[in-house]
Amino acid sequence: MFQYVIKRLLQGIPLLIIVSLTLFLLMMKVGDPIATMGGRTITRPDDRERLTRQLGLDKPLAVQYLYWLIGNDWTKIDADGDGIPEKSGTRRGILRGDLGTSLVTKEPVAKLIGERIPNTLILMLASEIVTILFALFLGIYSALRQYSTLDNILTALLFIGYSMPIFFISLMSMYVFAVLFKQWGLPYLPTVGMFDPQVGKTTGQVLWHMVLPVLSLSVIYFAGYSRYIRSTMLEVMSQDYIRTAKSKGLPRRQVVYIHALKNASLPIVTLVGLDLPFLLGGAVVTERIFAWPGMGRLFLDHLSRADVSVVMGIMMLVAVAVVVFQILTDIVYAWLDPRIRYD
Amino acid sequence: MTAHSTSLSVPQSADDLATEPLTLWQLGWLRFRRHKMALFGGVLLIALIIFAFGGSFLYTEKYANFNDTSQRLQPPSSEHPFGTDSIGRDILARTIYGGQISLFIGFVAVLIETILGILVGALAGYYGGVVDAILMRFTEALLIIPTIFLLLVMAKFFGGQIPEIHIFNRAFSGSVIVIVVIIGATSWMYLARIVRAEFLSLKEREFILAAHATGTSNFEIIFYHILPNTIAPIIVSSTLSVANAILAEAYISFLGLGVQPPTASWGNMLDNSVKYLDSAPWLWFFPGMLILLTVLSINFLGDGLRDALDPRSRVI
Repeated sequence: MFQYVIKRLLQGIPLLIIVSLTLFLLMMKVGDPIATMGGRTITRPDDRERLTRQLGLDKPLAVQYLYWLIGNDWTKIDADGDGIPEKSGTRRGILRGDLGTSLVTKEPVAKLIGERIPNTLILMLASEIVTILFALFLGIYSALRQYSTLDNILTALLFIGYSMPIFFISLMSMYVFAVLFKQWGLPYLPTVGMFDPQVGKTTGQVLWHMVLPVLSLSVIYFAGYSRYIRSTMLEVMSQDYIRTAKSKGLPRRQVVYIHALKNASLPIVTLVGLDLPFLLGGAVVTERIFAWPGMGRLFLDHLSRADVSVVMGIMMLVAVAVVVFQILTDIVYAWLDPRIRYD
Repeated sequence: MTAHSTSLSVPQSADDLATEPLTLWQLGWLRFRRHKMALFGGVLLIALIIFAFGGSFLYTEKYANFNDTSQRLQPPSSEHPFGTDSIGRDILARTIYGGQISLFIGFVAVLIETILGILVGALAGYYGGVVDAILMRFTEALLIIPTIFLLLVMAKFFGGQIPEIHIFNRAFSGSVIVIVVIIGATSWMYLARIVRAEFLSLKEREFILAAHATGTSNFEIIFYHILPNTIAPIIVSSTLSVANAILAEAYISFLGLGVQPPTASWGNMLDNSVKYLDSAPWLWFFPGMLILLTVLSINFLGDGLRDALDPRSRVI
């Protein structure tokens, strides 16, 4: 088992290098970072040249990638931009935990990302929990009553949820629960931000502002999960050990929730484990619509200004999380199911 | 005894009892037409295609792009059945021309995706070894980056590089081509895995061994002997991919990095619609609803095809 984990971790390294190289190549042409640096004032040609040298953007792509990967404190850089390198660099590179500095805010990328991660996680984990709870409930319910009227209605509704574009459900829920409720004089939900600036960032405010984005995200995820749970439950319920449990005269409740659900939960664990790291990236579209200050919006804001280190930082964080969670899922799976051995 | 009745002979063996075997397509159709939701999806999709392409006869593209700021943000009326947008363009006419672009992007992107997926999957599965290792590591690498990130970065990368294109006296924004290519280039990974798995098992079968023995070239074995046997999962996966491609176009256009105006797409009609959430709901309702209906119909269709073309299914 230990050897297996080490092997998987080692396999992950070339994978992450391919990912970082591909993304770094793409990032080189996403826009001109200098054009957006000066705000409204247009950059003068000699300033532009100086800035390009100072930021190291005049270096060949391979050198830029190397600096990003292992830092530039082992070589001289051109800090004043006169064309002559005079002092040693300060970047330590992503391999030594330095994600670089944002071109836009001049803050360390790690700090920018660190500020946003809690906001994203609170939104995404809440959606994931709501989704799983409802999906378990309805998935089991419709599996036990396969082809009943309610099962058929649910299947049709799930198809709609599954096909629903996230912005459409977001806009509709905003329209109903904020605009129409306000018109009808009912208590209405807030549509943008994390809290009301006049009240401050209290737990109640954040929870209240979370309702609509969590609702929208859950509708989208719910359909896929629920269909999956229904089919695994159907499969498990036709197994011999369930028939044995029933014929032993065990109460139905015990058969369903102890014997069946425990076995059906194995594939569900895999599904959740593989989905979790992607939550880190946030929901780009949802965060944009609800003006939620998370990673997805950080990504969009800095991509539009060609801020390479921030965008690369976010994408690499998610990529590493995906690799790590794939291994963790395998470990948990082996722990839950003693039949599985990694040798 | 008449001549006619003499032909009614008693079955001699079990072979005589068996009817002519049905082909995959005959079997598929028999199962497919029982699938009510899939039939509904098919009819709905045809209706949407007629709406988008037949609508050209009702409104000209010039009318769809004609803006009259004195008519901005008009609610639906008999003159403008779907209302007008923030610069006074008719939304019904724009959903028609936007639908053509969205459907075009959906189908052509999937064509690219399918070609890439088949090529990568077939080469990796058939040759194995180093080829397989390199192609599959690259596939996995692309799979661990969230697709929306990849799409947005690539949209920025290629954005504004392709000039306007003129076909049939109509001008299309070059961004349509960019979007088609990037959606195709970021979605082939799942198909490649499916095709690879099929190739891995099929290449060990006797009929491939026989083909090798008769000196058939690798090219012929891949494309004429193995590929036709993997067609069912490819069709199902590609059908469902059309829905995802239409959604992907909508997401990037919604974020302002997709199809650029004046060319309309269902996605870019929704750009900035959040601003008019309460004042002009018709702005986002109609294009959003059309995207939902299209994706829904394709998902129904794909689900029906999956059941119908599954070779393990014994139900007729």
